[in-house]
Amino acid sequence: MDVQELRKTVVEELMRIAPELEEGELAGSRPLREQVDLDSMDWLNFLVALHERLKVEIPEADYARLGTLDQIVEYMAARRP
Amino acid sequence: MIEFKLPALGSDMEQGKLLEWKAKPGDKVRRGDVVAVVDTSKAAVEVEIWEEGTMHEWIVKPGETVPIGAVLALLLAPGENPETAVRPEIAPVRPAAAPAPVAAPAAAAPAPGARRRISPAARKHAEDLGVNLDAVGGSGPDGAVTVEDVERAAKAPPPAAPLERAAEMRRAIAAAMSRSKREIPHYYLSETISLARAAGWLEAENARRPMTERLLMAVLTLKAVALACKACPDMNGHFRDGRFAPSTAVHAGVAISLRQGGLIAPGIHDVQAKSLSELMRNLADLVKRARAGSLRSSEMSDPTITVTNLGEGGVESVFGVIYPPQVAIVGFGTVARRPWVEDGEIRIAPAVVASLSADHRASDGHRGALFLAEIARLLQGPEKL
Repeated sequence: MDVQELRKTVVEELMRIAPELEEGELAGSRPLREQVDLDSMDWLNFLVALHERLKVEIPEADYARLGTLDQIVEYMAARRP
Repeated sequence: MIEFKLPALGSDMEQGKLLEWKAKPGDKVRRGDVVAVVDTSKAAVEVEIWEEGTMHEWIVKPGETVPIGAVLALLLAPGENPETAVRPEIAPVRPAAAPAPVAAPAAAAPAPGARRRISPAARKHAEDLGVNLDAVGGSGPDGAVTVEDVERAAKAPPPAAPLERAAEMRRAIAAAMSRSKREIPHYYLSETISLARAAGWLEAENARRPMTERLLMAVLTLKAVALACKACPDMNGHFRDGRFAPSTAVHAGVAISLRQGGLIAPGIHDVQAKSLSELMRNLADLVKRARAGSLRSSEMSDPTITVTNLGEGGVESVFGVIYPPQVAIVGFGTVARRPWVEDGEIRIAPAVVASLSADHRASDGHRGALFLAEIARLLQGPEKL
């Protein structure tokens, strides 16, 4: 899976949580939670979905490094088995 | 025979549309079985029955919209014989009239129990047209129902096209909240609570749990509210018919915002008796089903207190409007790092503003203050929640 596909997967899972979202609206470098209405339950569900699809463990301590779409894709790319 | 009636699925519901029967004539049903699916303006709710019996006759057909209290079906009680059982007289069920347009003259519904003035011609006309007079507002002298009123009701548009759904939900919420503000003498209190211990405990706990079993702070605060109800029973229960009836079980309604707009507050049963892991699973499931529009009738009608976590959206504090017939709503603002004085020292600690809106008919501010203090105390011992 290259970075392009990885980004597609991340956006797909995000849109499953927030179906009102339109892909073109997302700016990769802007804080995600400024662009998408996500509460802590949505956020956890989103990360669990990524964990299950990409087999990446995401400790809570790393949440701060997952602020933007670009950061999430980078994080996943670096840790995929 | 048992009359299975459409229950009130929340104080903001006036009518419901039967979507589907889940039990057919001849089927045996037990307490807690889902026998029908009813659409309120907010969700498709699976309606449970609380008596045992055998489905005998469907009175309302799928697609029909009827007011709360309408008999949906007749059931045979255990041991009852269909040949000999006495069939109760049931008023013919008509589709509930769509709400009268705001501009309609004096279309206010009469107070329950008030004697209606209905002209004989209007009564005859209603019979001919199959109009339910209970749902017709009167525009004549003293609110009398006239022939014109009956004709208008007969021509009323069919309820709620999908596009009108959002407007209908807004109207239902407005009606329930207006009633709350009109009938309930609210008082408001707030207290800032340090979550240093709770957050520290949660961090350590989540670090050793698999991702799929992680807990949210919202679950700790929910449990703390439920346990505090034990110490302050006058926050938990229902105010009905002029008196407050406390509840020993805490069925906590959780305010959930819907993505398409609007709000719903279904409940988690027996929060006081459940572990944090169990509550987390219940909460995740409830949020998912609320957003998918698939809830159970007991989840809509049982809550004894409501908790709102509007702080998720970033506000410092939230003072809720009580959801009748409940008598209290607890709000949690955003969890933020703040300067905190403890043992004569200033530290930085995560803190939250907890608020209470409570009903003066059931309690006073002093009790409310004890309740908030108890929530604060419980949150200092997260391992015991």
